[in-house]
Amino acid sequence: MSFPDAGALADHSEPKSDLRLWLAKNASQLALAPSVVIVLVVIYGFMVWTGVISLTASKMLPNYSFVGLAQYGRLWSNPIWQIAVSNIFIFGFLFIGFSTAIGLALAILIDQKIRAEGFLRTVYLYPMALSFIVTGTAWKWILNPGLGLERMLHMWGWESFRFDWLVNTEYAIYTLVIAGVWQSSGFVMALFLAALRGIDEDLVKAARLDGAGATQIYRRIIIPQLGPTFMTVGVILMQQAVKSFDLVVALTSGGPGNSTNLPATFMYTQTFGRDQMAVGAASAIMILMTVAAIVVPYLYIDIRNNRNER
Amino acid sequence: MHYWTSGSEAAGLDVLKQLLEKRGVSWSDSPVAGGTGMNMVQVLRARIASDTAPSAAQMHAQQVQAWAAEGVLTDLSDLAKKEDWAKIIAPELVPLISYNGKSVAVPVNVHRSNWLWYNKKVFDKAGVQPPTTWDEFNQVSEKLLAAGVTPLALGGQPWQEADLFENVVLGLGGADFYRKALIEQDQEAIKSETMVKVFDQLRVMNKFVDKNYPGRDWNLATQMVIKGEAGMQIMGDWAKGELSLAKMEPNVDYGCSPAPGTKGDYVWLTDNFGFFTTKDENRVKGQIEMASAILDKDFQEAFNIKKGSIPSRVDVSMDKFDFCGKAAYADRAEAQKTNTSLPSLTHNAATGATKTGVFLDVVSTFFETPTMTSQQAIDQLVAGLKSAE
Repeated sequence: MSFPDAGALADHSEPKSDLRLWLAKNASQLALAPSVVIVLVVIYGFMVWTGVISLTASKMLPNYSFVGLAQYGRLWSNPIWQIAVSNIFIFGFLFIGFSTAIGLALAILIDQKIRAEGFLRTVYLYPMALSFIVTGTAWKWILNPGLGLERMLHMWGWESFRFDWLVNTEYAIYTLVIAGVWQSSGFVMALFLAALRGIDEDLVKAARLDGAGATQIYRRIIIPQLGPTFMTVGVILMQQAVKSFDLVVALTSGGPGNSTNLPATFMYTQTFGRDQMAVGAASAIMILMTVAAIVVPYLYIDIRNNRNER
Repeated sequence: MHYWTSGSEAAGLDVLKQLLEKRGVSWSDSPVAGGTGMNMVQVLRARIASDTAPSAAQMHAQQVQAWAAEGVLTDLSDLAKKEDWAKIIAPELVPLISYNGKSVAVPVNVHRSNWLWYNKKVFDKAGVQPPTTWDEFNQVSEKLLAAGVTPLALGGQPWQEADLFENVVLGLGGADFYRKALIEQDQEAIKSETMVKVFDQLRVMNKFVDKNYPGRDWNLATQMVIKGEAGMQIMGDWAKGELSLAKMEPNVDYGCSPAPGTKGDYVWLTDNFGFFTTKDENRVKGQIEMASAILDKDFQEAFNIKKGSIPSRVDVSMDKFDFCGKAAYADRAEAQKTNTSLPSLTHNAATGATKTGVFLDVVSTFFETPTMTSQQAIDQLVAGLKSAE
C-alpha cells in the first residue's frame, strides 16, 4: 500500500487531471484506508498499550512507572490464575472435542435424506441464536440440584438420583462444558452439513458400487474430505473457548470457591474489582499469546496453501 | 453516580434529592446497577479518564482512600471545619474520610455486619436460644439439624463466605486479633493457632448449610429464614429490608443479636459520597452543598430508617428507628468507648481492594473445597498477601 503524504500531494496540485489519475489508480487503497487505520489503532494499538501497562505499576488508574516483568511473576504465583489456566485447558479440550463430535454426528444423521430436515436443522441451530448469558442462566437453573433436574427427578420418584456438579468444586468446570456444547454443536452441525453437501456424489456412488457399507463410506471417503472444515470448526471453537467469559459469569460467577475461573474472568476481576490493572493486563497478554500461538501457525499454513494453489 | 437501585435504597436517595432541591442544587442521577459496585467503578474510571467525572459518586471506605490517592477528590476541609465534623461524625470513620490531613468524603450511613438474624418460631420449636459463642453456635446448629431445619442460611458467593470468616475471626480471636490479622495483616497473627481455629470453625460450618448454597444471592438466603426453612443467617443489617418486606416484626417474628462471640463489638461498613475535582465553580458549590446536606440530621434520620442502617453522626435521635436499629446504635456507642468498633474486611473498610481480594479468594476456596486443610488456607493467605504488597 503506498500513497503520497499531504506534502507530496500539494506539490503537484496544479494539473487537476494528475490528482484524478492518482485517485483512480489508488481508489481501492483509499477506500480501505479508514478501516485499516481503525483496526490498527483500536485493535493493535490497544494490544500494545495493554502490553505497556502490564510492565507498569498501575493499580486503579493507568500509571507509567515501569517495573519490568514483576507483574508476570505475581500473575503466575497467583493460585487463582493457575486454576484459571488449567481450567481453560480442560474446558477448551472438552468443549472443542464434544462440540465437534456431536456436531458431526448430527450432520451425518441429518444428511440421510430424511423428511422434516429443514425443521430439524432449525431446531439444532437455534441455540446459537441465544447469547451465552441466556444459556448460562438457563443451565444454572436446570443444573442447580435444589431447583432443576435433580429436584424434578426426585419429585417423579427417583429419589436416589444425584447430579450436583454445579455446586461441587471438582466438577463445576464440566457444567460449563455441558452448557457450551449444548449451545455450539448445532452451529458445528451446520458447518459440517454444508461440507457434506459439497462432497462429490460420484465418489460415493462409485464406492457403493464397489460394495462399501455406509460406515465405511463415511470413515474412508467422506470424513477425510472434511479436513478444511475440521480446521475451521477448530479455530472458531477455540476462540469461543478462550473468550467464554459470559458463560462463566452467568452460570457460576467463577465459583464455587473460585473453581471455575477462566483467564478471561480472572482478567476482569483483577482489573476492575481488585485495583490490579497491571496484573490484569499481564493476564490479557498471556491470553493473547496463547491465541497467537495457535492462530499464527494456522494462518501461516492457510497463506502457504493459497500461494501453492496459485 | 451510585449503585443504589433496589427499593429501599432508591427510597433513601429520594430523601436526599428532595433536600438538595430545597437547597437549590439540581440533581442529575446516574445509577449503575450491580450490587457490589464493580460496574460503577468501571464507568467511573472511564469518565475520569475522559475528563467527564461526575460531581459526586458513592464509594466504600477504602475506595475513598484509593480515589484520594489518585488525587481526584475535592477538598472539603473548609466545610469540615465549619460544621465540626471531628465532633459530629463517628470517630472511627474520620480517618477513612481523610487523606493527608484533608477531608475528602462524607459518610452517609453506617451498616453493621456482625448481626445474627434468626427466626423466632423456628428457634422456639427447636427449643434453642440465640448462640453467644461459636461453640454454642455449633450446639444450636446440631439441634436445628436434628429438628430437620437447615441451621444456617448462606449464599455461596465469596463475599458472603468472607462475611462469615470475619465474624469468626472476631468471635474467636477478639478485637485485637481482628485488628492485627485483618487490618494490619500481621504475619504472626495470620500464622497463629487462633487462625487455625478460625478455619476449623468454618470447616465445621460446612455441614450446617444446605448443599445448594453455591452462587445463591444473600436475599434468597434471607428468604429461607423468613420461610422457616433455615434457622439463622449471619448478614449485615440490609437483611432487615427483606424481613420487613415480608411483614416480619423485629423481636417478635425474628430476632437480631450480635454474631456469636462479638457482643460488645461493632463491625461497620459505610457508604460515602466523594466529590470529584472540577474547575466549574457552580459544581463545586453544589458539591459542598450536597456534602453538607448528607450530614443534615433530618436527612440522616430519614435516610437510614429507609436503608436499614444507622446514622454516621453520633448525635441523631433514634426514637423513630426499629428495635434492631436502636440496638445497633447503642452497641456502637458502647464499642466506641472500648475501642472495639472495627471496620469490615469484606465490605472494603479494613483494607484495600487488592488485599481484600486475597482474603476473599482464599476463604471462598477453603469453604467450598472440603479437602483443603486450615493450614493450607493459612499458607495461601500468607503467600497471597505477600504478592499483593
